[in-house]
Order: sequence, then C-alpha cells, then structure tokens
Amino acid sequence: MNPALSVIFFTVASGTGYGLLFLLGLCLAVDPGMIGRTESLVVLATGLVFASAGLLSSTLHLGQPQRAWRAFSQWRSSWLSREGVVAMCGFVPALLLGMTLWQGHDGTVLRSLGATLAIFAIATVFCTARIYSSLKTIHAWHNGFVLPGYLLLGLLGGSAWLLTLNSLLGHATANDILTTGLSGLVIAAALSGVVCKRMYWQFIDTTKHPATTESATGLGRFGHVHSVEAPHTEQNYLTNEMGFRLARKHSKPLRAIASILIAPLPIMAAIAAWLLTPVAPMLMTVCAGIAALSATAGLFVERWLFFAEAKHVVMLYYGVAQPDFA
Amino acid sequence: MTMLPPPTQKKLGLVIDLDICVGCHACAVACKQWNDGGQFGPLPDEDAYGREPLGVWFNRVHSYEVAELGTRDSELGKHADLATSSATGSGLPATGMTVHFPRSCLHCETPDCVTVCPTGASYKRAEDGIVLVDEDKCIGCKLCSWACPYGAREYSEVRGVMQKCTLCVDRIYNESFDEVDRQPACVMACPTRARHFGDLGDPDSDVSKLVAQRNGYDLMPEMGYKPVNKYLPPRPRRTGDTRRADVVLEESIDVSAAPPLLRWLDRMLSR
Repeated sequence: MNPALSVIFFTVASGTGYGLLFLLGLCLAVDPGMIGRTESLVVLATGLVFASAGLLSSTLHLGQPQRAWRAFSQWRSSWLSREGVVAMCGFVPALLLGMTLWQGHDGTVLRSLGATLAIFAIATVFCTARIYSSLKTIHAWHNGFVLPGYLLLGLLGGSAWLLTLNSLLGHATANDILTTGLSGLVIAAALSGVVCKRMYWQFIDTTKHPATTESATGLGRFGHVHSVEAPHTEQNYLTNEMGFRLARKHSKPLRAIASILIAPLPIMAAIAAWLLTPVAPMLMTVCAGIAALSATAGLFVERWLFFAEAKHVVMLYYGVAQPDFA
Repeated sequence: MTMLPPPTQKKLGLVIDLDICVGCHACAVACKQWNDGGQFGPLPDEDAYGREPLGVWFNRVHSYEVAELGTRDSELGKHADLATSSATGSGLPATGMTVHFPRSCLHCETPDCVTVCPTGASYKRAEDGIVLVDEDKCIGCKLCSWACPYGAREYSEVRGVMQKCTLCVDRIYNESFDEVDRQPACVMACPTRARHFGDLGDPDSDVSKLVAQRNGYDLMPEMGYKPVNKYLPPRPRRTGDTRRADVVLEESIDVSAAPPLLRWLDRMLSR
C-alpha cells in the first residue's frame, strides 16, 4: 500500500498523544497527587496537541476535507467512523479535566475524569488499529498482531514523552514512584512492542493471503494463470495506491532500524535516566528526551513499513503474486 | 446509510462470458463515454494526452494466459488440487489459452466497501442491490477502495471523490429510452455479446438460466463478499492434434522439382 505521509503522521502522532493522555488519566485516577497540577496541565496540553495534530493530519488525506464531519455518522458499521466519534468524545473529559485542574479542584472529580479520559484514549487507538485490521483484502493488516502493536507502541510513545515532560518540569529529582514507574513502563512497552513487531514480521513473511490469481479470475481449474497484458499501459489509481512494492533488500535494514529505535535505544536511555535522576537531573532529562525521540523516530519507520510492506489482493489481477519478496 | 440492507429480492448484475470475450475493450470505452456524461459523471482524466495519462474507468479488461498444469513435476505436487481437475478433462489445449477478462464492480451481496464507509456515501440499494457512491457525501478517504478485493473503485484526484460502476442505473430505468436500450452501456456495446444484464435474484431470468447452464462462478468466493455478477468459464477446447502446428512449419519444398533458376537460387542461399 502507498505509504501516505499524512496517514503515517496521523497514526504516530495520535498514538503517542493518546498514550500520554491515557497515562495522565491513569495516574490521576489512581492518585490525584501523583502528578502536580501544573505538570498535569502541561501533559494534558501536550497530549491534546499530539492527538489533534494527528487527527488534523488525517484530514489532509481526504479528497473533500470540508465534509469530514459526515464521518461521524456511520459508527454502527465503520471503524473509521467509530474512531472519529470516540476521538471527538474524548475531548470532553480532556477539556473538563483541564478546567478542573485549572480551578484547582481535586479528589473524586479528578479521579473520575482521569479514568474516563484513559478509557477514551485507549478506545481511540483501538479504533485506529481496527480501521486497518478489519480489512480482509490486506493480509499484512488483517491479523492479530496489528491491534496489540498499535496499543503497545502508543504506550511506548506516551510513556517516553511523559518521562521527558516529568523531568523537563523539574519534578524528577529523586527516584519517586512516578519516575521509577515511567522508566519501567518505557522498558516494558519497548520490549513487548518490539517482540510484537518481530512476531508480526515473521507472520507476514511466512504466511500469505489465501487468494491467488487463479481464484481471483476463477481460471485456476484450467491451469496456471498469468497476466500477459494489463488493461492500461500507464499507472492507474489502483496500481498507484495498492501497488506500492518494497524490495526485501530494503525492508530488512528498515526493520532493523525500526527495531533498534523502538527497543534497545529507549531501553538504555530509560535505564540511564533512572540511574541519573538522583545525581544529575539535567542529564536525566537528556536521556529521557533521547528515549522519547528515538521511540518516535522508530514509530515513523515502523508505520512507514506497515503501509509499504502491505500488499493488496487486487494486485493479483495485475499478476503480482503474494508475497513478491524474492 | 452504510449498514447493508436486508438481503434483496432483486439482484441486478452482469454475467460475463469469458468464452467469447475477444478483449476489444469496447465495453470499457462505452462505459467511459456514457458515464463521463451520465448522472454520475464526469470521469475526469489527468494528463489525458500527455506522458502519463491517469483517469477513472469503471471497467478494465485484463488478458491472461492460462498455461497447462503439471508440465513440471514440482508444480504437480504444488498444485495437486488443480492438477486433478485438469486430468479429469478441463478442456485446456496442450498449448494453453488466452482469456480476456473484463473486471468491474460485482455489486456484491455483502461487500465491505459499503460497511467501512464512514459517511454513508457508499451504499447498497435495497430495491435492486446496486452498489453506489453518493458523490455529494463522499469525503474521499479511499477506505472503500482498500476494502474491495476486485479493484472496482477508482478515486478521482480531480473530483476528490471515489467513483465506481453504477450498473448504468441512469440507463436501465430510463423511461425516455426504448425498452431494448435500457441496459448498461457495456452490455449494449459488446460486439460478441459476451456481456449479459439481468436479475440474478430471479432463478427464472435469462441470466440466471445462463449461469446455471454454463456453470457460472463467483470471483474470489473465499473473501465472502458474495458477488452478484457471475463469470462464465471458457468452453472446453477441441482436443486437436497439437503436432499439426509443427508440421505446417516444417520445410516442405521439393527443390528437385523446381525450375533451374530456383534450383540455382536454392543452392546459392543454402551455402
């Protein structure tokens, strides 16, 4: 599939933004005193900026963005519509939480708003992943690794950025429960995320869509079917959009780059940040920042591959076998 | 509304006969011509006369070579299921055959292209099962084209909306046309009558009978979209002596019987 930058940016930015909002909501729900008021507001704003930038970017992919409001109507059948509805509904607890924090309230209201925000954040990323994993036409998307991949990598982005914000705002001067917890979470999310992606790559390398050019044309009963003449001499929408091909020799190093940026680098940076917190808060901030930037860069590479490596069954009509790795 | 309607009684669709399609692309051209000016048009092209023309067509004609099975032992094992059907008399000549294959929307009974649409622009008509795009509601997210395994939908960069076969809904019910002309443009244009239009939900319709008689089949039934359009397989070919073709190519001139000048020429050329 054609790796459109607007959609890659959308899934990465909104995934990270909702990761941040999920963790903020969770922290406030567990203990409203865990994160300070100012810090909570900064994290909330950052999460909303990431999420909104992603959602706005997704409208750049549209042919008629001025009609985007219509996309809220078909939530009964469409995951894309559900994603839009859940994302918009999530702004309600987020803004109420902002107001509550601003006015300095605490206690039950904060807890319940935090819990609601966390639920909406996770639900939005769930819907985003389902947009892709519900498509039976794309083997690389229609499998059980896609949803956990989106959730875990969103959590990785969110936790790495929260660790950075936490230290930037000067709240990480000792290994309190938040710093320790966030460092641990970065490590856990990076590890599980990279394991999930490795299993995903193994899956798409060793399995393929059941359809063949023979079943697509129904001519398999007569023999091997291969295309001798395409319907058009130039490209068309289908070959441009669904016919993107990535050579194995390129996908291998890109997978390695994505893996390194997603796991070893953020893990080492998170460990360094945790060790440095009591002794050198400035260096700790730098390490946390490295973890966040590395994870985000890794997510971009991973998401680019998610599209570039995905093959659409319609290409069978053009005689492109699946997979075409050789 | 992108929820699918309850199963429709009437299932309008096409039956395409791969036995007699000659791959002339008349259906594709007639479709483009009608729909460019029809109710769902235009079907704009970019760079139409330039280096890389790109544009929306509802109908595309592929050409395939179908080669004999089991020519190599390794392939026999790999395609055991196919090889068996071939052995029981598929009618494929030893030299293989060329099949021209028109591809357009199959107006499926349970298509994902309708249910994934976030706006309700993509819909299936309850009255006759035709799948359409409301181009005033479409936001151009392209998700429906991703959900279609048959490549039936093409996005117009110029108009910013998805476009697809309408089964010429603006012809088939058009009362200003004579009854015989109330058919899709592709069906009207086909010079070999390889395309048939009718109600596939009615077992007594001409198209349903044709499908029953000729073992019409679904494309990619494993996708579970239940296409309404059916394809008729190529009829068994005559199993002639395939060596005959070689015989004709053999050198069969008796030089000794030729006039002296030609004998001399033959000698010179044979040096």
